[in-house]
Amino acid sequence: MAEMTMIQAITDAMRTELKNDEDVLLFGEDVGYYGGVFRATEGLQKEFGEDRVFDTPLAESGIGGLAIGLGVTGFRPIMEIQFIGFIFEVMDGLAGQMSRMHYRTGGYYNSPITVRAPFGGGVKTPELHPDSLEGLMAQTPGIRVVVPSTPYDAKGLLISSIRSDDPVFYLEHMKLYRSLKGEVPEEGYTIDLDKADIKREGNDITLIAYGAMVHSALKAAEQLSEENIEAEVIDLRTVSPVDLDTIIESVKKTNRAVVIQEAQRQAGVAAGISAEISERAILHLEAPVARVTAPDTVYPFASDEDVWLPDHNDIVEKAKATIDF
Amino acid sequence: MLQILDENGKVVNEDEKPDLSDEQLQDIMYRMVYTRILDQRAVSLGRQGRLGFYAPVAGQEASMIGSHYAIDKEDWIAPGYRDIPQLLWHGFPLWQSYLFSKGHYKGGQMPEGVNALVPQIIIGAQIVQTAGIALGLKKKGKSQAVITYTGDGGASQGDFYEGMNFAGAFHVPAIFVVQNNQYAISVPADEQSAADTIAQKAVAAGIEGIQVDGMDALAVYAATQKARQNAVDGNGPTLIETLCYRYGPHSLSGDDPTRYRTSEEDDEWEKRDPLVRFRKYLEEKDLWSEEKESEIVDQAKADVKAAMKEVEETPRQKVSELIEIMGNELPNNLQEQLEEYRAKESNK
Repeated sequence: MAEMTMIQAITDAMRTELKNDEDVLLFGEDVGYYGGVFRATEGLQKEFGEDRVFDTPLAESGIGGLAIGLGVTGFRPIMEIQFIGFIFEVMDGLAGQMSRMHYRTGGYYNSPITVRAPFGGGVKTPELHPDSLEGLMAQTPGIRVVVPSTPYDAKGLLISSIRSDDPVFYLEHMKLYRSLKGEVPEEGYTIDLDKADIKREGNDITLIAYGAMVHSALKAAEQLSEENIEAEVIDLRTVSPVDLDTIIESVKKTNRAVVIQEAQRQAGVAAGISAEISERAILHLEAPVARVTAPDTVYPFASDEDVWLPDHNDIVEKAKATIDF
Repeated sequence: MLQILDENGKVVNEDEKPDLSDEQLQDIMYRMVYTRILDQRAVSLGRQGRLGFYAPVAGQEASMIGSHYAIDKEDWIAPGYRDIPQLLWHGFPLWQSYLFSKGHYKGGQMPEGVNALVPQIIIGAQIVQTAGIALGLKKKGKSQAVITYTGDGGASQGDFYEGMNFAGAFHVPAIFVVQNNQYAISVPADEQSAADTIAQKAVAAGIEGIQVDGMDALAVYAATQKARQNAVDGNGPTLIETLCYRYGPHSLSGDDPTRYRTSEEDDEWEKRDPLVRFRKYLEEKDLWSEEKESEIVDQAKADVKAAMKEVEETPRQKVSELIEIMGNELPNNLQEQLEEYRAKESNK
């Protein structure tokens, strides 16, 4: 097994699948010769040729349409949207077209498309680059929204996404690209797209997170442990649809839950999960389900993001308030 | 503007006249008459509330049939919502087109071997998808093309430019047909753009562009046939603007064209009717008769009746079925909802 950063694991997953299936294509802005603005596709054009890994003109809606057309002619496209804020330009392609291809053709066509996009705060990017727009996509039936938090998960989940006959929106947190390393098997392996992962076991409170917030939750759990509060940390891995079975089982054990997201508070993934827990496990709860989120403003300019983004201290505080309720 | 037949059915451009056999000429007329009758019947069924969404096509027969006649059975079509006739002649059954109209999921299931997308509702979305299909055909080394249709309003969409630009940049076998029927619902074509023609927009994408008399089936056929040949020969995409007119409303969902068009304008365009001029042309060659035409009318009416019967015998769709077809694989949230709706449906 090799030690890899998350971005290396992502490249490795794409290399594995480009090798594994000649119908897999990889395209987007700057992904070919240049290897991507984050180098996620570095070396892949050289290895697999310009026919398989190629640059497109700078037009996101065009990229989405290209993926849909290639999908119905028998290919398995991986399309990159360079930064998440540019998905507004391809929103019809994602929410209006590929997500409903199977439904509107009565199952005749699939959209075996993987949409990759970097997102996430804490790395001082310009506006409309770091936003957490997973809630927007989670509102759309027919497209899975996957957010890995470790290099191991990143590779397995990306391979599963590429092999899926349904469209997957695969979000890569920019802060995680190079900030941590982990053991990643060299061979191809898959991880169930619809299954959350218990990253830490505990009996006192359930912390539910995804993406970079998984690491904040784990850090908070360590801090809480020093005060004899054992938190269970659930990594959702997929935020649409959410693995409610794992969550509810955990809440029934701990009787308390805090849902954590980097995104703004209004609507979104955490709101949905809080509602589901209330509906499914209210009699098991010793306290209201709490949320740790960003405030309901536009993502701020880089100088304010450290305060604006939730962190492990916010989680510790909210967890203690929930325990003390 | 390319024209081959004038309003009296006389050949005005012998050099560009396509090489079609007598049977093929009759076949084009057959399809145009049949389409006109289907349209009349659909409008009537729509008014009776027996169809769902329907966008009338009368006036556009030469544009639709002439262009479709020039492509191969193996070619792909990415239609807009008005382009049902081309789909039908490509092999999509009439009764299924009615199910599409009514929003039944079986109206989206292409029969095996019919290379077509379901009619697109979002203006211009099919244009970018066409670039993808064309790239797919090129990568698979197929000798096939893809033809897509939109209207004059569609030529204002960003996707129109993105799709043509992608197709040009990738040099793929795509044919973009803009059926300029003069109105995007109520907004006239000259308010849609300051460009003199839509065809000239091809220049910006670096592809071929041609404006054609869209009431002249032979001209539309000739332009599309050339575009298809260029496509499969590896000479890249073409934009074809067909100048035509929609006699009816934009759709049967409440549009009233008398609010934005004059009857003088309607009369002016009706003088250029595609069926009238083609009929004159064929009669001159002794290839058409009133009897022949009335046989087609009867046939079309009988086919509509049979198709409606099939529609009315099709079981209503269930919500549980819709849940099952959301995706290839059923995720956990839908598994739960499937059980809920199955239980609900079994109680009814």
